[in-house]
Amino acid sequence: MTDAVTIDRAAATRIAPDPIARLPITLTINGERRELQVEPWTSLLDLLRDGLDLTGTKKGCDHGQCGACTVLINGKRINACLKLAVSVDGAEITTIEGLGSPGALHPLQAAFIEHDAFQCGYCTPGQICSGVGLIAEGRAKTREEVREQMSGNLCRCGAYTNIADAVLAVMEKDA
Amino acid sequence: MIRFDYARPTEVAEAVRAGAGEHVAYLAGGTNLVDLMKENVARPLEVVDINRLPLDRIEELDGGGLRLGALATNADTAYDERVQARYPLLSSAILAGASAQLRNAATNGGNLNQRTRCYYFYDTDTPCNKRVPGQGCGAIGGVTRVHAILGTSDQCIATHPSDMCVALAALKAQVQVTGPAGDRTIAFEDYHRLPGDEPWRDNTLKAGELVTAIDLPAENFATHHTYLKLRDRLSYAFALVSVAAALRIEDGRIAEARIALGGVAHKPWRRAEAEEAIRNEPPGDKAFDTAARALLAGAKGQGDNDFKIELARRAIVRALGQAAAGTPQSHTDKRIA
Repeated sequence: MTDAVTIDRAAATRIAPDPIARLPITLTINGERRELQVEPWTSLLDLLRDGLDLTGTKKGCDHGQCGACTVLINGKRINACLKLAVSVDGAEITTIEGLGSPGALHPLQAAFIEHDAFQCGYCTPGQICSGVGLIAEGRAKTREEVREQMSGNLCRCGAYTNIADAVLAVMEKDA
Repeated sequence: MIRFDYARPTEVAEAVRAGAGEHVAYLAGGTNLVDLMKENVARPLEVVDINRLPLDRIEELDGGGLRLGALATNADTAYDERVQARYPLLSSAILAGASAQLRNAATNGGNLNQRTRCYYFYDTDTPCNKRVPGQGCGAIGGVTRVHAILGTSDQCIATHPSDMCVALAALKAQVQVTGPAGDRTIAFEDYHRLPGDEPWRDNTLKAGELVTAIDLPAENFATHHTYLKLRDRLSYAFALVSVAAALRIEDGRIAEARIALGGVAHKPWRRAEAEEAIRNEPPGDKAFDTAARALLAGAKGQGDNDFKIELARRAIVRALGQAAAGTPQSHTDKRIA
């Protein structure tokens, strides 16, 4: 544990690790195994967007407060902005690009269109990944439970009612 | 984001050796540390990633308790069948916090060690004694809606942000720690500390020490408990005031009471004298108000947060009522029972 005194002293003499070390990691992203070299301070979100051009995953706040960067890591919904890419070495990552394709939408993607569950669309990939995670968890049974368990995804257009409708529709189909 | 060296040990002893250096931070779920490194508030030179350590299990303890591995996630802990059945107060408190995504990443050890969400601590353009000792406190005399009303010092009025820890305080959990000098056990009430004149120290961990587990005692208050959380929006927000209340009721009288508060102090706030004051009393608003006043004696607002004193008093009375009735607060139906 580093306390503030030592952190402050460290900051005064900080030198970047030299040479800037890239670390080898392996990720299975949307079913494809990738051997990658990453700097230790690269977030999974930045790796996906800037390193791999998977820009479907959105950067909203970059602080774990909005949910736009939600992806599935080993099947669990997690904020990609707060994960260092190196720390998920070996994991299976599913992004919005891996859930469906224009010709074969994931059932939740289709439900978002059917229920008009977005306006600007910026939060939508995170909403859909989060909803897929929620359905897989299988703990939400009611609209109120869906709303509570989707609270980690903000929608500033305010499409919450229709987002809950879409998630509930897929849950009912699966049931 | 700052730059740092990175190590990923697979054995606890190896992690402790790596953590013994200067300016080292242990990384678990990352939900707080990564954010603080982006904000230039946490500036370790080396990050020791402990996610490969074998500390993610939840196991039975001799005598009826439960050991929560430091690296078990908050979600896996809250939804564990044993935790849900035997420690519903803890499960409820965890599920009242953060979001599903964050609970899937955040770990039990990390929950204990998360830093305050005081805006001045995060804002490096303002002074903060917690961030830079001796710099001054931007919060005192500033915007203080979220700040502490109990146990403050003239150097720091920050609160501890956890919900989980409020329940752990009420349950009298124990924190298992290992470090350069070996293993030790810390009583939960001694784990976090008040700011005093060293507000940069959130807890009593020594340099290089690592939390390995949290032990729950056999006494679980599974019948009479509640976690009541009051906040500015109904989900995904830190507590303004929260109450973990647990009662053991025998022959119509309070045989034992535990009350811990979140959102009001630099640590989960308990006072043995408040709990003792209502022992052997019949459960009811008279006893609950007595406990509330004892728990809040000496509370002092900072201006914007003056409302917390009366809010806390009412929340304690309401929470003890919920616990006594065996009707814990739902975290789906947010109407206060």
